[in-house]
Amino acid sequence: MTEEMKEFEPRIVAFVCNWCTYAGADLTGTSRIKYATNVEIVRFPCTGRIDFMLLLKAFAGGADGVIVSGCHPNDCHYTSGNFHARRRWMVFRKLLDFMGIDIRRIRFAWVSAAEGAKWADVVTETVGTIRELGAYKEYKKVADYLEQEVPNE
Amino acid sequence: MNELIAKVKSMFADDVVKLVVGFEKGNRGARPFFCKSAEEADKLILDEHCPNNVAVYLTKKELLGDGKVAFVVNTAALRSALELSVENQWKEGRFVFLTLNPGGEAVQLENAEAIAAYLQEHPLAVNDEDRQLLDSIRSMTPAERWKYWTYEMSKCIKCYACRAACPLCYCTKCIVEENRPQWIQPWSAPLSNIEWQINRAMHQAGRCTGCGACKEACPVGIPIHLLTLSMMEDAMDVFGQKPGEVNANGNMLSTFRVEDKEDFIR
Repeated sequence: MTEEMKEFEPRIVAFVCNWCTYAGADLTGTSRIKYATNVEIVRFPCTGRIDFMLLLKAFAGGADGVIVSGCHPNDCHYTSGNFHARRRWMVFRKLLDFMGIDIRRIRFAWVSAAEGAKWADVVTETVGTIRELGAYKEYKKVADYLEQEVPNE
Repeated sequence: MNELIAKVKSMFADDVVKLVVGFEKGNRGARPFFCKSAEEADKLILDEHCPNNVAVYLTKKELLGDGKVAFVVNTAALRSALELSVENQWKEGRFVFLTLNPGGEAVQLENAEAIAAYLQEHPLAVNDEDRQLLDSIRSMTPAERWKYWTYEMSKCIKCYACRAACPLCYCTKCIVEENRPQWIQPWSAPLSNIEWQINRAMHQAGRCTGCGACKEACPVGIPIHLLTLSMMEDAMDVFGQKPGEVNANGNMLSTFRVEDKEDFIR
């Protein structure tokens, strides 16, 4: 009950690529731009490496929102990783939507190493969206089914 | 069908093949049948009551032996065979395919090009039942869809019959057997059931030929074939690949075009 009474603070997990968005987020810090602190950044070699399962694992682990970001098209350090990633997300999003998983909670972005200010905007905007949507209880309930529901049955 | 059986018999007589894979009459409907001699060939059947996809045996080398093998199959299995050929899972000369066209005539297909040409004339048609269910799920709100699928998936007993029945699930090590890290919990639970089906669908993206064998195999009757079907329909406009169509230039997720259009990455 007390958990519910407290003001809701969104937990966001950001999956970013090493070469663009991670460097971009670094620039945000070195430029002393303030942005929401709700985000935990996970660094990957490339957006092409970000498996769709990682997004699901983030939600199962209690994340209310997810950010996926990498190099702009044609800017990939490995030439084509982000093109492959883009196709994967196009298909994955449709599948999630068909299954009723809330795709408004996944924010996809291209943030380059020079776009420190854009990264701050992306995070702040996402935190705002998730704050409106509230905690992702539906998914968490299913994820925690064995711990919570079974003993009560 | 008699024409087809005669063809099979002549193949045995000429020693072209040692084994023919098809269907025979079972206790309930048809069951897969490994025919090893001309005498047994009379048992072969092929009609709409053959829901299993025997193309699943194309990648089972231990069952087929070294010689040339003939497959007496329906159109759905031909689609799977073509996809497997695109994925370099069998070489020309290894198999010969026999099928009945809608007019009931026997058709013999020797290679992937011949199959592709035949399938051009016989595209996948989604049946009314599937179409209705698909439309009703799509017309739900996201919350209703989530409720629908969590309920359906809660029936899953993780028997992996869907995987075993699918000709395109031929990985020697599947993600569900992976335990470092353990992506999907092995027991049946609401979340891991959903995760398993999402994985199955994603690994089939652009490859699924829509035969429906997964749904036929499911002992608890979850309409899992709709996941890939819906995904393919949604991606149809963007990638120009219709459900059930085999893309000879590589799979949807292993290729890309610079000009792919999407509206959600900002």
